[in-house]
Amino acid sequence: MSLLSVRDLTLSINGTSILRDVAFEMREGDVFGLVGESGSGKSMTALSVMQLLPSGAQVSGHTALAGRDLLALSEADMCEIRGGEIGMIFQEPMTALNPVQTIGDQVAETLMVHGVADRAEALRVARDRLDRVGLTADRFKLDRYPHELSGGQRQRVCIAMAVALRPRLLIADEPTTALDVTTQAQILDLLRGLVADEGMGLLLITHDLAVVSGLADHVAVMKDGAIVEAGRTESLFRTRAHPYTQALFAASSHAPVRPPRAAAAAPVLEVRDVVRAYPLSRTGFFQRPPPLRAVDGVNLIVGEGESVGLVGESGCGKSTLTRAILGLESLQGGEIRLGGAPVVAGRVPAALRRRMQVVFQDPFGSFNPRHRVARLITEPFHLAEGAVPEREEAIDQALLDVGLNPDDKHKYIHEFSGGQRQRIAIARALILRPDLIVLDEAVSALDVRVRAQILDLLSDLQERYGLSYLFISHDLSVVRVVTDRVYVMKAGKIVEDGPTEAVFERPDHPYTRALIAAAPRIPEAWQGDRKFGT
Amino acid sequence: MLRYAATRLGSLVLSLWVASIVIFFTLEIVPGDPATFMLGLEASPESVDALRRELGLDEAPITRYLSWVTGMLIGDFGTSYTYRVPVGELIAARITVSLPLTLYAMALAAVIALPVGMIAAARRGTLADVAIMGVTQVGIALPNFWFAMLLVFFFAIGLGWFSAGGFPGWEAGLGAGLKALTLPALALGLTQAAIMSRVMRSSMLETLGQDYIRTARAKGLSHAQVTRRHAMRNALIPVMTIVGLQFSFLLANAIIIENVFFLPGLGRLIFQGITQRDLVVVESTVMLLVFTAITVNFLVDLAYAAIDPRLRRRG
Amino acid sequence: MRLPVSIWIGAALTTIFVIGALVSLVWTPFDVTDLDIQARMAPPGGAHLLGTDHLGRDILSMVMVGARTSIAVAIVAVVVGMVVGVPLGLHAAANRGGLIDDIIMRGNDLVLAFPPLVVAILITAVYGPSALNAILAIALINIPVFARVTRGGALSLWTLDYILAARVAGKGKIRISAEHILPNIANLLIVQGTISFSLGIIAEAGLSYVGLGAQPPVPSWGRMLAESQTLISLAPHMAVIPGLAIVFMVLGLNLMGDGLRDVLDPRLRRDR
Repeated sequence: MSLLSVRDLTLSINGTSILRDVAFEMREGDVFGLVGESGSGKSMTALSVMQLLPSGAQVSGHTALAGRDLLALSEADMCEIRGGEIGMIFQEPMTALNPVQTIGDQVAETLMVHGVADRAEALRVARDRLDRVGLTADRFKLDRYPHELSGGQRQRVCIAMAVALRPRLLIADEPTTALDVTTQAQILDLLRGLVADEGMGLLLITHDLAVVSGLADHVAVMKDGAIVEAGRTESLFRTRAHPYTQALFAASSHAPVRPPRAAAAAPVLEVRDVVRAYPLSRTGFFQRPPPLRAVDGVNLIVGEGESVGLVGESGCGKSTLTRAILGLESLQGGEIRLGGAPVVAGRVPAALRRRMQVVFQDPFGSFNPRHRVARLITEPFHLAEGAVPEREEAIDQALLDVGLNPDDKHKYIHEFSGGQRQRIAIARALILRPDLIVLDEAVSALDVRVRAQILDLLSDLQERYGLSYLFISHDLSVVRVVTDRVYVMKAGKIVEDGPTEAVFERPDHPYTRALIAAAPRIPEAWQGDRKFGT
Repeated sequence: MLRYAATRLGSLVLSLWVASIVIFFTLEIVPGDPATFMLGLEASPESVDALRRELGLDEAPITRYLSWVTGMLIGDFGTSYTYRVPVGELIAARITVSLPLTLYAMALAAVIALPVGMIAAARRGTLADVAIMGVTQVGIALPNFWFAMLLVFFFAIGLGWFSAGGFPGWEAGLGAGLKALTLPALALGLTQAAIMSRVMRSSMLETLGQDYIRTARAKGLSHAQVTRRHAMRNALIPVMTIVGLQFSFLLANAIIIENVFFLPGLGRLIFQGITQRDLVVVESTVMLLVFTAITVNFLVDLAYAAIDPRLRRRG
Repeated sequence: MRLPVSIWIGAALTTIFVIGALVSLVWTPFDVTDLDIQARMAPPGGAHLLGTDHLGRDILSMVMVGARTSIAVAIVAVVVGMVVGVPLGLHAAANRGGLIDDIIMRGNDLVLAFPPLVVAILITAVYGPSALNAILAIALINIPVFARVTRGGALSLWTLDYILAARVAGKGKIRISAEHILPNIANLLIVQGTISFSLGIIAEAGLSYVGLGAQPPVPSWGRMLAESQTLISLAPHMAVIPGLAIVFMVLGLNLMGDGLRDVLDPRLRRDR
């Protein structure tokens, strides 16, 4: 018998249609992947099963857990099901725990609200479950508070909470999206182990095909509130019957065509022995810890027309280094040169500053919402000091360059989608024809298909204008396909660098090896079967 | 926790110190000589001289500031020029009215506002919510001294349930004292309750929208359980700020309300001090008000840390 | 965009009082210094629309002129608070952790301890009571309030990428504050402005009630109430009318402020 059976599930919220006739079957002890891009309705499907939908939701159809129709149950019965029969974990572990309650109490609460244990017994079970998810008693006492834990550790607490009563089904909604790649690998391992040990079904919701390929037995692909294709993971990935699946697949491993590069070009950007240290606040009345060296003796070079990658996990210092390169952070040691001229925070002459521009990650926070596109992309113009006589032509050209229409210059930023905003951000960076563009996680927030288009655009612009890119990202798969050389950063230091292919093929440093091993991949063998599509 | 308390204590002392400077030197810039100012222009040169000596005006301002501050530290607030008694005694007598009044009002406000705010949040968008929000909107717009006059008109003059003013003293018994303070405390507290219940409501709504509430629901807690076990404690954190803020305003407004009800509290003392130009009384009473307000905010900060474990580690 | 009803009600109430105050500059039904002894404590209706007080003065005229006093005091206090507080807040946010920033945060603690009433007491003890005292006392508390609101709003903007982009484009802190920060916190300031305005009206009434505000013969709502207090059982209208004037004025401003916040705050808009 199937564990979870969803039929004709239709949902609208305040009149907007969200889900249309969603149907799938999940077997006992199965790992079922639900993949799709943002807004495809995959999270809402899970919340419909849990009946935790936002107010204003209108839902119809059938969601049956082991033959019991959940949609027909009363709220009191659903409270029994939630946490008892179905556990759920969410994307953002940093905010998913009550900040004023200890982790022990929060795990024990699952048992206590279901009336299966008194407080002492519940705490004992909580201890046991926390041990099971890898938070052992010696380091993670029950009276720790969430703010004392890292993101990965908090996600483990959430998992312990969700599986405290050994539910038959665990729903994991993008459980590793907010985590670093090595942490992601550990959490996925943990989930895999729990499923095997406890015979629990896992409904894994994710945008990442590679994560699904490594974990799920069955998979369903969602688009615009409906399932377009479903089947066994391997055969679905190998055949890719539906055009949308093909497009997703192609985009996720998309490698833009890049121009061949002459070796040994002159350097555009030189970072030499750079140190950026912050004083820490005092720990006692008299002692102050030594300053935190966020960037600790970093050397990095970007040559003319070259694409250089800088990878590392959150907190490794790559953002600080980025700001230092952009002349926004003062240095405690070393120097940064752009085209031979020193970059000193607060004293970068306009003529130098215009040679370097930046594109940020967040396509929503990157623009002043009160300005029109024309004004947004001409922000760097005051650096030109009258050297851009044909303002209107420059705007039109920049918009055309990034694949937008010159008429778009009269619009406001909220009229554009995420991908279009990123194009506008590139237009702003491009308009003064800089030598170097720093791409700070520039494609990380985009869906795979949009990401592929932006990567093509960047590659095209590089060829046309001879740009150099410094590509900063936590996403190894992207860095691998778009850079010539790569630097790997950890705890403020560069631990390894070299030609991208060489580093990825034969990583030297244990950390690089760990990073590459942790990154989920779709098995090579599944990819060869179909080569058409885009 | 200890380090947090120590840092807050340091900031408390700093605030008090700056406040004492502000108060002392504001009164120091009295046009002309304070002794002449206090006695009036027609006073004889001899009595002015006598007062100058008594106030120690022949010494440098900095010396007088130091002796004022060190005096207060050991409970010596100087001698009132008009009453001819130590200011400390005057204040001690008056504060037994003002402080209970403020606390009474505060308690009334909290007892009314917290449940009302929670009910409004729980029934968001219903008629009950709209009605509560409407009433609180009016409550905020009510000047409390006018509200006090209306209370007197209805409950003292009209219904005769309370006396229109005056205070029998605590010697008359706790019940009689509290009864005399009931109308004033209502006048003070109800308008504060309006603000507090709005804060409680929005804080509750904000908390109910947090991710961890959804997590708790996914564990199988019912809406009522989530509200009781998770939302309430977190929602109280911003409300605490308001309580701290409101205390100093309540204490100040108590001065006005005392005027409406002819209560022998600090308010009356200050206004008599002003009319009689008794700067010693004004200076010390204001310092006491400021001291109380700052101390209450310090206590609120500590209470914060007790509720919110994230604060305990921070400096 | 459709505006919420509360804005319209609030704006209507506020407008009535503003018009009344403006008209009182050129015309009032009676001169507020006219003592009509025959018609002392006349109830509303008749020749005196809202009745007369214990000296036979026309209450409607006094309410109109009182509105002028209230509004003038509150507006000046808000403007002073903004003109001084906003640049301070912008500066503090642009130089986070700097000296001005520290002073504002400490100063904020201090102001908690000095409500307008206490400030007014201090000033009055020295200079004697006047409307100027009231303005000064209320303005003084508005400065840190606006500085804090500005700082808070600006700090969250400074972390946004478009500010970083402007810095990469080589713009200085002052220019960024003027070009990007100020326009984007204007909504916060408008809302705070309405709230401070209404608090100013209440504070002014309180101060003149205890005799620390505008002095006779300038009519003010607070003093009208003070004068009516002992006569409340003889002539309730003397106490009710100025009180209602305060309530409606403040209610109008608060409704407008809340409505504006709903419309202007994008965070709230998304919620609905």
